[in-house]
Amino acid sequence: MAASVRELRAKIRSTQATKKITRAMELIAASRIIKAQQHAAAAAPYARELTRAVSAVATFSNVDHPLTTEKENPTRAAVLVITSDRGLAGSYSSSVLKEAERLTEKLRAEGKEVDFYLSGRKAVTYFTFRQREFVQSWTGYSDKPEFANAREIGDTLTSLFAQDESSDEAIDPARAVDELHIVFTRFRSMLTQEPDVIRLLPLEVVEGTETPDESELLPLYEFEPSAHEVLDALLPKYVNSRIYYCQLQAAASELAARQKAMKSATDNAQDLIEKYTRIANQARQAGITQEISEIVGGANALADATAGQE
Amino acid sequence: MADTSLQVELVAADRVVWSGQADEVVARTVEGDLGVLVGHAPLLSVLVPGVVKIKAGAETVVAVVEDGFLSVADDRVSILSEDTSLVSELDRDQVQAELEHARSADDTDAVLRAEAKLRGIELA
Repeated sequence: MAASVRELRAKIRSTQATKKITRAMELIAASRIIKAQQHAAAAAPYARELTRAVSAVATFSNVDHPLTTEKENPTRAAVLVITSDRGLAGSYSSSVLKEAERLTEKLRAEGKEVDFYLSGRKAVTYFTFRQREFVQSWTGYSDKPEFANAREIGDTLTSLFAQDESSDEAIDPARAVDELHIVFTRFRSMLTQEPDVIRLLPLEVVEGTETPDESELLPLYEFEPSAHEVLDALLPKYVNSRIYYCQLQAAASELAARQKAMKSATDNAQDLIEKYTRIANQARQAGITQEISEIVGGANALADATAGQE
Repeated sequence: MADTSLQVELVAADRVVWSGQADEVVARTVEGDLGVLVGHAPLLSVLVPGVVKIKAGAETVVAVVEDGFLSVADDRVSILSEDTSLVSELDRDQVQAELEHARSADDTDAVLRAEAKLRGIELA
């Protein structure tokens, strides 16, 4: 009996230690979310101005640009999957990966080959464990992405897409793609984050950023040197900015998911501690009761024996 | 003219570097140096790595931009660049080191960027 009480005490101690860790992780995630949201807010003016500029060019010129033109027979699509570097964030990474699988199936059903580009160590582990191929991966920044990360990814992916136009880029022609999709997690609120897919290239929707007010009509811009060249320089930057936006959303979602997961882990640890404490108390009480009844029984037997002798 | 000054925003990809009222903006575009005063026609132009000067009263703000854009509309000037910083934030020795590193690595773009930063520091 005493042994099991000791075991329970050890269990309680280890659960308490775990609880301290999960509690600390919860608090860290909570404080980082605020930072992530500040980053997202700081990046908003750039995205807004860029969107304005892109829509101005798109409105006042009907220039065809390779980045906006649909290919007639798309045969290969690139999928950028944004997951986290570390686990302990509940179903955050796995739901992104599930969404990516769904998208892959859909694209394959449309007769397109799919090339994977991965961001975040979790996606890389998922692919290597299943011995699936991916083209390139970037890791090491998932909870605090910087623009340089987004630019690196954006430059790589844009060059794959615009390959036939700018032939000076030294890229394996087999890697050229006709479409680019991003799978990431959209940060709706602290409580809901949902995996989402956007098709980045060819460019179609301008979403997620503020649209200029209805009353604020776009002025009749002059383009220097020409509308086409302005667009040429603008669009890759727009793509980078979109990727940065996705990464910031993903980072905020990751932290929110981690906070939630760690909160429930802490709660569970507390429940376990209470349960173990109850069992331990019961076991201790049972031990005491048994000892008492043994003593009483022994004393009675002794009394009976001495009474019988007299 | 109701408004006599320009509303200027200098924006990097991850932050607003400078914003406020100004009298004149001078920037280098692919077609050469360009000055913007109040009442300028709406314009969208491509910038080359270089120095941007924003004159506000007696003060002049000097910034260094990487390639980016300049958009002018209704006396609002937005200068967008993925990487831009005010000259007052830069450190000469650090930029010098950056330049040498870029030269030894034979990275033409980085050399241009570092040279632009140095030019900006000398101007300020």
